[in-house]
Amino acid sequence: MNPEEIVEVPLHRVAHARTGDKGNRINVSLICYRPEAFAPVLEQITEATVAQCFGHRAPTAVRRYELPRIAACNFVIDDVLAGGVNQSLCLDRHGKGLSYLLLSMLVRVPRRCVVEL
Amino acid sequence: MNQESLLIGCGAGFAGDRLDAALPVVAALIASGRPACLIFETLAERTLALAQVRRRQDRDAGFYVGLEKLLAPVLRLCLEHHIPIIGNFGAANPVGAAHHVREIAKSLGCGPIRVAAVTGDDLLARIPATELLAMPFHPAANIDPQALVAANVYLGAEGIAQALAEGADVIVTGRVADPALALGPLMHHFGWHADDWDLLAAGVLAGHLLECGAQVTGGYFADPGFKDVPDLANIGYPIAEVSATGEIVIFKPAGSGGVVSELTVKEQMLYEIHDPSAYLTPDVILDLTAVEVEQIGPDRVRLCGARGAPRPPTLKGTVCFDGGWMGEGEISYAGPNCNARGLLATEVLKQRLTRLDLAVDAHFDLIGVASVFNDDLGTWMNRVAATPVPELRVRMAVSGVHRDEVERAVQEVEALYTTGPAGGGGVRTTITPLMNSTSVYVERGLLCAEVSMLEEDHA
Repeated sequence: MNPEEIVEVPLHRVAHARTGDKGNRINVSLICYRPEAFAPVLEQITEATVAQCFGHRAPTAVRRYELPRIAACNFVIDDVLAGGVNQSLCLDRHGKGLSYLLLSMLVRVPRRCVVEL
Repeated sequence: MNQESLLIGCGAGFAGDRLDAALPVVAALIASGRPACLIFETLAERTLALAQVRRRQDRDAGFYVGLEKLLAPVLRLCLEHHIPIIGNFGAANPVGAAHHVREIAKSLGCGPIRVAAVTGDDLLARIPATELLAMPFHPAANIDPQALVAANVYLGAEGIAQALAEGADVIVTGRVADPALALGPLMHHFGWHADDWDLLAAGVLAGHLLECGAQVTGGYFADPGFKDVPDLANIGYPIAEVSATGEIVIFKPAGSGGVVSELTVKEQMLYEIHDPSAYLTPDVILDLTAVEVEQIGPDRVRLCGARGAPRPPTLKGTVCFDGGWMGEGEISYAGPNCNARGLLATEVLKQRLTRLDLAVDAHFDLIGVASVFNDDLGTWMNRVAATPVPELRVRMAVSGVHRDEVERAVQEVEALYTTGPAGGGGVRTTITPLMNSTSVYVERGLLCAEVSMLEEDHA
């Protein structure tokens, strides 16, 4: 297989993530398994595309912070916890599982950026 | 002052954490023969408010209820090997918890013990409720004075460092910033000053990596085939080795499960961080953007490059107030056409709430199809509701001011046994009080950490 071939895969095969919560705001870290995935991820996983991915939760703001030294970025997404951990009627009141919503997004990357099972 | 590095072990990362995690950590600290301390983090935002409620009912209560189970396996060993224990298990009653620690020590037949309580975080002990309620809240909140439960400010590491300087064996705090549990011993050990910003930043980073226990050693990380973690049932809790210059090495007890890798450390480093160039704590503003993370051996990862900026002029407090009641009811549907039967159940429940005209907010899920990603309006559920599954569980959650209305709403889930779609089973219902919270920022001068040392006690 050609490692330079561009493939479209779920972000889950290119990066890993963890959600944290504070009030009605979450942060989702996004950390590339391979540093060479960082550039295409930055290009495609933007504040706008993430806002769209979380659209049904109606975020009021999405902010992306970049950490190139560790091939990672950090998304801060406002008002997506239905009031926050103390008021939310959602099953996952902390939004802990929402990292995997982000990891469901599709991304086009060279095959060498993809973790194979 | 000391130049030899300090080992900081973590024995618990939240109130519901494993109770037997600390012993292997303490064994590793002792085996190292190096200066060491042990920290426990057991105090979430909600946990403290609930502890305040317990203390209202019983003045001697209000600290972490699992204290004895957590401390008993390690207290004697730590005392014998001069490993101070620092924990925020004081919650709403650090002095009460300190007395309890002394009783535990006595019952274990330990020798003399110096237990310190760090207090001063209770804002309502400093200012009248009326003054607090007139302050701006973030987010804005209109709080009924009757509903106010607690207001606690995140203190920094000073009180902990002071208690160590006074020779404390065990330090019990109320609300302090979680990383302060590690920063306090570092300031004491190395003699770091309150304006050594880069060093304080390294200490906060070490504390931040430790404060969630196994979350840095492979806990909350495994994703089979992608991120494999060996022996999760025996996961080792973390130890940080911090040098006088602020270099950090994260590792775990030999022979324990879990993994310490660049991936686990990066995930935890960014956990609950907003702007990575400005993580605000009471002691320093931490900038993570220049931090280097490097695997230096099996299950050993080194971090350096934390930078600090002067601490913020204000302290953050959490204000908790009664938020009414929440009720939840669930019922399962399985086998052919279960999606349609589950959806029908949600429709029946919606219509019943309208007919009964209850003053509640309601939320519906199809667990197994749409719940974790779902939203209050059911937009996500409508999108994926037809996804084939072998079985699913309907969930209704309601909230309201009055308990009887919430109970009445939840009762409708049970009534589905005879009035809902075919084959519904396994109804469970719960009613729980809700605790709301918001944040307030106060001038530093308003509060300061107070250390009270219980007199030495020869058991």
